[in-house]
Amino acid sequence: MSTLFENARLIDPEALIEFNGAILVENGNISQVLDQNADLATFKASAENIVDCAGQALAPGIVDIGVKICEPGERHKESFRSAGLAAAAGGVTTIVTRPDTLPAIDTPETLEFVTRRAQEAAPVNVRTMAALTKGRKGREMTEIGFLLDAGAVAFTDGDSVIEHTKVLSRAMSYVKSLDALIVSHPQEPGLSDGAATTSGKFATLKGLPSVSPMAERMGLDRDIALIEMTGVKYHADQITTSRALPALERAKANGFDVTAGISIHHLTLNELDVADYRTFFKVKPPLRSEEDRQACIQAVADGLIDIVCSMHTPQDEESKRLPFEEAASGAVGLETLLPAALRLYHNEQLTLPQLFRAMALNPAKRFGLDGGRLCVGSPADFVLFDPDTPFILDRTKLNSKSKNTPFDGARLQGKVLGTWVNGKRVFGE
Amino acid sequence: MTFRQKHLLGIEPLHPTEITAILDLADKYADLNRQSIKHSDALTGLTQINMFFENSTRTQASFEIAGKRLGADVMNMAMQASSIKKGETLIDTALTLNAMHPDLLVVRHPHSGAVDLLSQKVNCAVLNAGDGRHEHPTQALLDALTIRRRKGRLHRLNIAICGDIAHSRVARSNIILLGKMENRIRLIGPPTLLPSQFREFGCEVYDDMNEGLKDVDVVMMLRLQRERMDGGFIPSEREYYHRFGLDAEKLANAKDDAIVMHPGPMNRGVEIDGDIADDINRSVIQEQVEMGVAVRMAAMDLLAQNQREARMQGV
Repeated sequence: MSTLFENARLIDPEALIEFNGAILVENGNISQVLDQNADLATFKASAENIVDCAGQALAPGIVDIGVKICEPGERHKESFRSAGLAAAAGGVTTIVTRPDTLPAIDTPETLEFVTRRAQEAAPVNVRTMAALTKGRKGREMTEIGFLLDAGAVAFTDGDSVIEHTKVLSRAMSYVKSLDALIVSHPQEPGLSDGAATTSGKFATLKGLPSVSPMAERMGLDRDIALIEMTGVKYHADQITTSRALPALERAKANGFDVTAGISIHHLTLNELDVADYRTFFKVKPPLRSEEDRQACIQAVADGLIDIVCSMHTPQDEESKRLPFEEAASGAVGLETLLPAALRLYHNEQLTLPQLFRAMALNPAKRFGLDGGRLCVGSPADFVLFDPDTPFILDRTKLNSKSKNTPFDGARLQGKVLGTWVNGKRVFGE
Repeated sequence: MTFRQKHLLGIEPLHPTEITAILDLADKYADLNRQSIKHSDALTGLTQINMFFENSTRTQASFEIAGKRLGADVMNMAMQASSIKKGETLIDTALTLNAMHPDLLVVRHPHSGAVDLLSQKVNCAVLNAGDGRHEHPTQALLDALTIRRRKGRLHRLNIAICGDIAHSRVARSNIILLGKMENRIRLIGPPTLLPSQFREFGCEVYDDMNEGLKDVDVVMMLRLQRERMDGGFIPSEREYYHRFGLDAEKLANAKDDAIVMHPGPMNRGVEIDGDIADDINRSVIQEQVEMGVAVRMAAMDLLAQNQREARMQGV
């Protein structure tokens, strides 16, 4: 089985370049990457399928870290089927799920259930993170070894911070001995207790409980000290404030095995978007100031922040149609990650290779997955998209069961034309 | 017609001329309220529902009297005791009430923005009687009316607001209103109850009461909630009184004819000395309560007029 993708604008996040060319896929893997000077005739003659990309962008499929799929427990909010379809429609070829389900994914048995459900129902690759502590309660560590054997790609308690430092340091030491990865949510839990917004003029005007952006730096500083103690491989799920960036930079310069991510919402929206208490803009950590947003975009461009993800968090209408303080946090993002990220491209703040470095290459590398690259031998996970087509987002058309997107009615640019997983088309004609 | 709002959700959406329109009408109602027959039929045939999700005696009574004097059919719902306890959501409660066709809905809720949310789901005029730490517009309006009657104007005054500003919706509404009317606002309180962000609203921020009160025309004291007195925000009640309680000595820094205000209920000996609260030459606290009824009558009258107009136009 061979397919030739010809006439494509290839986005190579590894070399940080884009060029016109073609890709030959055999048995689900990339077997040739050809630039425009190559002679295509022989390949065309032998290929069983030819996909004419018509000059549109062909990039490695997005690897989205930290997606919440509400199985087990809240399947009415999102299932593997609905999330998988949303991912395919959004150009996401690999989902790495969060363990903050009901119950939490904290035993090998639950992990096996989730893995089986994903295989049955989702058209894209699904990998799973497991909880670091039982019930994500921050007290006793999970069966990290067994969970690793069952396929966990990382260990995290999601956005619940392990307050007890001794528990976290022991868990880190144990994870380190198995050479696994920890994903943490850097936040000082006392300072951020009850907060719904970032402190500042807006929060004061609206009378909402708020948290200083300093809480993120304090959380990160603590975690970095523990990394120095234990030597664990560490990924900060979301670094969203300018004040945390120097600490991150120092940790990297000191040679610690540290990476950081950010959600697309923190890169494209700011605290003022909450406006008149719009709960679809309530996320965790809360949206930040414009100054923080700009600093974080620069950090992604510089590679200081490694990974951009959707932080896909489905919430039903009932949990959002409440006063702002009471409403649930989180936004869906699988289908809007790419068009939202393209805002940064159209604003000339990030190039397409830089975007795909943060959305495909880096997450694949960090979580030890194949894919994320356009090189020979990699799986043929692709997204083909037109970066320019404008559209107005209608949330009712999203594939996710939950429609809580902050981009409802937003003007966006960028349309996914096709998505392939292991050479097999999962979205588009 | 200078007042164009459908709801009264806060001071923030109001234009200064709209504030003046409410105060002008309230002045007339204040006069009416001093007559022996205090009745008008501005709201005759209309239904007013007071929904209080948070305890209130004074504000609820004030809204009830205001509605009754204008001829409305007034109903009070103590929401703490009712369906909220049974797990009904705010929006479902709103939709249920809306089906009974009220014309005016007066709402108090412990969460900021809740009244805003509710107003989006009902067809009648909604008045915010206090939402979380966000706004309490009728309190700011009655304070403004009291100041205007006492000082003869509502601009270019030096006004000090003292106490727990961080948690106060009264302070927010007053800061916005008095700012819109071009007054100089000073905020005085310990930094735990007065975050520095308030500087961004164009206010001067003080943590020394004597300094902050220098030459002010108006001193507004705020209530300190009991639950904030136990060491979390301030060391103790007596230390707070010593540093931030209004007594004759501190008040001597203000202008000789400065007036003292308090939204009530007062904690005598915590934020205000009893003698000052009772000093008829300085304290206008009782007048504030009186103006409260007048301002609420005016606000409901104007909203009802706009509603009538909108209904006639079939909007």
